[in-house]
Amino acid sequence: MCAPVLLRFGTDAQKQRFLPRMYHGEDFWVQGYSEPGAGSDLASLKTRAVRDGDHYVVTGQKIWTTLGHYGDWIFCLVRTDAKTEKRQDGISFLLIDMKTPGITVRPIILMDQGHEVNEVFFDEVKVPAENLVHEENKGWTVAKYLLGYERMGTGNISMCKRELARVKELARDAGLLDDPRFADRLTRVEVELMALEITNLRFLDQLRGGRPPGAEVSLLKIKGTEIQQALTELAMQTAGPLAAIFRPVTAGAPFDAFTAALAPRYCNVRKATIYAGSNEIQRNIIAKATLGL
Amino acid sequence: MDFEYSDEQRLFSETLRKFLNTGYGFDARAKIITSSAGFSEDVWAAMAEMGILGVPFDAEHGGFGGNTVDMMVVMEALGEALVVEPYLATVGLGGRFIARGGTVAQQKQILPSLIAGKTKMAFAQTEPGARYELARVSARATPSGDGWVLEGDKRAVLHGGCADLLVVSARTAGAEGDAHGISVFLVERGAPGVTVSEYRGLDNLRLADVRLSGVRVARAGLLGAEGGGWSLIEEVVDYATALVCAEAVGAIKYAHDATLDYLKTRRQFGVPIGSFQALQHRMVDILIAYEQARSIACLACVKVETADGAERRRIVSAAKIKIADAARHVSQEAVQLHGGMGMTEELKISHTFRRLTTIAQAFGDADHHLARFAAAR
Repeated sequence: MCAPVLLRFGTDAQKQRFLPRMYHGEDFWVQGYSEPGAGSDLASLKTRAVRDGDHYVVTGQKIWTTLGHYGDWIFCLVRTDAKTEKRQDGISFLLIDMKTPGITVRPIILMDQGHEVNEVFFDEVKVPAENLVHEENKGWTVAKYLLGYERMGTGNISMCKRELARVKELARDAGLLDDPRFADRLTRVEVELMALEITNLRFLDQLRGGRPPGAEVSLLKIKGTEIQQALTELAMQTAGPLAAIFRPVTAGAPFDAFTAALAPRYCNVRKATIYAGSNEIQRNIIAKATLGL
Repeated sequence: MDFEYSDEQRLFSETLRKFLNTGYGFDARAKIITSSAGFSEDVWAAMAEMGILGVPFDAEHGGFGGNTVDMMVVMEALGEALVVEPYLATVGLGGRFIARGGTVAQQKQILPSLIAGKTKMAFAQTEPGARYELARVSARATPSGDGWVLEGDKRAVLHGGCADLLVVSARTAGAEGDAHGISVFLVERGAPGVTVSEYRGLDNLRLADVRLSGVRVARAGLLGAEGGGWSLIEEVVDYATALVCAEAVGAIKYAHDATLDYLKTRRQFGVPIGSFQALQHRMVDILIAYEQARSIACLACVKVETADGAERRRIVSAAKIKIADAARHVSQEAVQLHGGMGMTEELKISHTFRRLTTIAQAFGDADHHLARFAAAR
């Protein structure tokens, strides 16, 4: 997400400083977009950055920061002008070192019992002004550009193909491939995935031709996440009455890797239609930007 | 037709809800599910005290002699509060086996103790690979002396870990898949040869694998006719299925109420998100699913005790199809409409999601019951 942004909007100094370290996996970047009051309505974000000489002072809160507890750097949308007529106009895109004093990361436990997302608090965090990407108050342009790339990635075609192969194996073991009800449902998901893979390739081809992803990439996000969820549902079905098993209590209770991942994964993937712009927001985007409604 | 609960049922429902609202709030429940037992003996004792463990049993054993509509009142309240205590396993399955298949002596021995909260029960039926087919029993009961010796593996037994007394299906004749030749036995969980491995379920109810290895059962431990256990099992499972449908109605109601409240209070773009038509229609579909779920659960609870076998199968399967679909639909939509908050452990809606997910597959998923309904037509 961050690399395409730096390639497009970064200064030469920013590119030289951050891109090689990203390429070599030396820095782990996390996303500072959502806030408690700014989810679907991202432009209402309140975390503020006040310019003070050669740095900004950042105060506020981000939420749903995926793997924030491992983050070396966080790219953040911050409000640099609270008085603009359009809320989108006073936003800037800042790169913040997670080791800077004043940053606190607190875990949020999701219903699969996993620690994946976090709240990140900023209390008068000093950020060098050179870490501003693009112009001050023009961060919304950067934000939207990044979201296009994020949506490209959330289709997760290859992951879906792996998951599909696994579900087929589970269904075969459970004797469900001979059950026409189950087999039809599985086939419909598989066919949808086949189509989505080609749709994805069509968009990638456009991108190669120099045209950045437009609003229609939202459909990759919508269909991709729906397929992911459908596959976890089918996997749950293959396990039948054993799908309810979550974690062993008795030491040494038989508990295989498949069971360990089954129900937690079904729960976890519910997030896919919510994150990176909920599927409702994606439909709004297509309605407005592509269809002109 | 009269669809209103009677005054007595309403009063009972209010008393139970008052108890659950004060003693079984979300924080109290959070402590219970993270405790080592996974349920609360205090809550269980309080449920016995209130008499809810005795609702369906005859007065001569200390029960209320209630019907399944009385039980619907209880199950709805338990579903709304997401109660994790072994009520369905003990009263709906174990107790029902005793009431329907037990001799007078067995009833006198077990039911008063069950109603008093001193005996918990579970039904050990599912075997590896059997899925939801009740006749796929390969555990064996071999005659020995005056009784039998049991060998077999049972999986994902609801509340098998805390049960004092297990109802176990095993073959005294026939081969796996035959309806004939299955017998039902009462086995103490602590009996020599019984090994229990406990799990936490997705919904925070406890499950257990039960291994039976050389377990001796005396003649008095046989429940119902030798070799004729299948029809008893099917009848009891249908009864429990109707109850779990009623429980789902309570959980769906909570999901409905919480989601509606969220739509009215969560603001984005300067307005409550419930002002968006796209979300209004989704909320309406939740309401429709809830009403339809209530109706079909009602039908199942009214008919499950009185219908003949064929009609009972048809109605209970119809209910489970509708409830499984509604459970999936409403639980998924409730989380989606709550956004990221719906995904978190700290909100009750994610727990309701998990209970509804397991209810969708309890006693057979929608596909299983579609096939069963078609066969009963």
